Amino acid sequence: MTTTPSKGVGLGMPELPAPPYPDDVHARLERDAREIIARYPDSRSALLPMLHLVQSEEGYVTRTGMRFCAELLGLTTAEVTAVATFYSMYRRRPSGDYQVGVCTNTLCAVMGGDAIYSALQEHLGVGNGETTDDGKVTLEHIECNAACDFAPVVMVNWEFFDNQTVESAKRLVDELREGAEVSPTRGAPLCTFKETARILAGFPDEREGAVSASGGAGHASLTGLRLAKGETAAPRVVHPREGATHETPGDRPSDRAPGNAAPHDPSPGEHLSSHDAPEATSASDPAHPSGPVAEEGE
Amino acid sequence: MTLAAEDGGTARPHTFEDGAETSPEKLLAPVLSAFWDEDESWTLDVYRRHEGYEGLRKALAMSPDDLIAYVKESGLRGRGGAGFPTGMKWQFIPQGDGKPHYLVVNADESEPGTCKDIPLLFANPHSLIEGIVIACYAIRSSHAFIYLRGEVVPVLRRLHEAVREAYAAGYLGKDILGSGLDLELTVHAGAGAYICGEETALLDSLEGRRGQPRLRPPFPAVAGLYACPTVVNNVESIASVPAILKNGKNWFRSMGSEKSPGFTLYSLSGHVTSPGQYEAPLGITLRQLLDMSGGMRPGHRLKFWTPGGSSTPMFTEEHLDVPLDYEGVGAAGSMLGTKALQCFDETTCVVRAVTRWTEFYAHESCGKCTPCREGTYWLVQLLRDIEAGKGVMSDLDKLNDIADNINGKAFCALGDGAASPIFSSLKYFRAEYEEHITGRGCPFDPARSTAWADQHTEVHA
Repeated sequence: MTTTPSKGVGLGMPELPAPPYPDDVHARLERDAREIIARYPDSRSALLPMLHLVQSEEGYVTRTGMRFCAELLGLTTAEVTAVATFYSMYRRRPSGDYQVGVCTNTLCAVMGGDAIYSALQEHLGVGNGETTDDGKVTLEHIECNAACDFAPVVMVNWEFFDNQTVESAKRLVDELREGAEVSPTRGAPLCTFKETARILAGFPDEREGAVSASGGAGHASLTGLRLAKGETAAPRVVHPREGATHETPGDRPSDRAPGNAAPHDPSPGEHLSSHDAPEATSASDPAHPSGPVAEEGE
Repeated sequence: MTLAAEDGGTARPHTFEDGAETSPEKLLAPVLSAFWDEDESWTLDVYRRHEGYEGLRKALAMSPDDLIAYVKESGLRGRGGAGFPTGMKWQFIPQGDGKPHYLVVNADESEPGTCKDIPLLFANPHSLIEGIVIACYAIRSSHAFIYLRGEVVPVLRRLHEAVREAYAAGYLGKDILGSGLDLELTVHAGAGAYICGEETALLDSLEGRRGQPRLRPPFPAVAGLYACPTVVNNVESIASVPAILKNGKNWFRSMGSEKSPGFTLYSLSGHVTSPGQYEAPLGITLRQLLDMSGGMRPGHRLKFWTPGGSSTPMFTEEHLDVPLDYEGVGAAGSMLGTKALQCFDETTCVVRAVTRWTEFYAHESCGKCTPCREGTYWLVQLLRDIEAGKGVMSDLDKLNDIADNINGKAFCALGDGAASPIFSSLKYFRAEYEEHITGRGCPFDPARSTAWADQHTEVHA
């Protein structure tokens, strides 16, 4: 927390403490928080679920939310901030109702995740971690989500959309923005990010049919079992989502990774998966083209 | 050598006495996955129809020490990557020390390529819960935790429901099945951090802290959660225990090898005809798995693959007949890891693949120790330059050198994992790195690697 002159202090003073929640909100959240704390032998273990809880209130982890956690757990806000900033699922600024995460770890990226991700960036007109103007969709690239046999995978509010294509992913975000009810390949019909955060805080999804939605194991999970039973393996499902049309994916030039035209030629500055690793490389220091430790043996 | 089905049976060393056994009925052994195809396979009713919680009854009829010995004698080894004998982990818990004991199940499955625990918990969560009750009885624990990665809400829902069902049926709570055993089970959702799959980082995270690994010793068995004796086991390890109790240790030992007995889940992914979960005795080969499942996608060849996730040194087609058990993979210079068989064909650029994995390690490095934090950062810079055609030849030795300064010198295994793809790709594909440097760029077209690349070709054929 550094000084913020624009807020009117401007004298090198530390930021003022965050305002508390309104009394009614505080009372409601405190009831939930007490329930979380009671699950653990040591109250501090409740911190991660409580950060999910405050995220379910405001859609991201605010300073007010962190102050709330600190007060209930007898921690300093600095201790809470240290934890909240470590984990990638805690958002630090307001975001959309639907978090669309495209897996761009190696396997999904190679199988088409990179193409899907860059197509969605262009389609939505947003970059990594940015939200569409209507406040509906926040686009991110994400890491491996343990569904490699369904690659390429897109997660929306941490529900699985398996075997995606550029076309199916575009259709998906369009439907989200139109307010249509959208169901994942594996998981329950989508709720908002805030409602998802409440489940993550450890409060079961009370919606009728949410647990059984989408049925049992996904098709790829059954591949070996079906072979072992002498049944033929199920044909590969390319368009998993109900109502999807059946045009051949990727058959238009525009479907092919716009902005990433062949031959594959990413530069450090425009790399698809630049994450939060600092960007500066030898590109910023042309005198030393071989990189950071250039003096030795060059 | 292509790995299409039609010629997959030629010229191979035989690993089975009767020659090239390719029948999936004989080669596979679905146990945990045996009824995943049934309606509502995740419910207690279906689990009970398949003799669910029968292993628990047998376990409760034994003394805890006998139970530990039994699991030890079964030879079950950890399925989370390291392969440490599960029974031995339980035995390390000091008894009569007056402290609470804890069981923590590591369900933080995040290793790139690894996708076995998540489908297991989605389709059959009660196998884990039954295993937890058995393990807690053995180690005298009255509170267990499932640390589930947060990014899998559909699985979290089913775990919540399965735990509720188990409490209602008397498999959790007070005096379980009249045995006098009391057990609380808490499902805890993480918040996004690969490092929390490292057992001591997981414990710090479960205590409400940043997930950073701890110095060992003391080991978790002595000072784990809340500084009390703690067993940390992988989902699949614990979920395998009920079947061992139910069917017997000899049944378990009838599968796999002397040192790597039993069944396990292999996860086939990438440019293969039939990606998915294959439950088989330890020691099956990738060739056998590909032969039975249609091989690589039509018209393509296997180029490189990982035996157990991105942290295990990569293999090539020369390793197709390596028995996929702890010893076999180790002898061939890699690790069995999580049995995540990510297969890439000849359209895939190794430099691109390794760069992306390395970016992952840099992103997920917790920052606690210098070799990993700084090393992964610089690896990424060098790799991005090479991929972009801005590298020089000396960068390749520099990559090796940096990886060498991480490997074995980092605080935890994340650093070693980051070094693995660097070492192994330079070993098998150095020429491809050099091509990026001399050709000033990547010679591959990423569009050809996508899942739909060949559909595209056909449409315009």
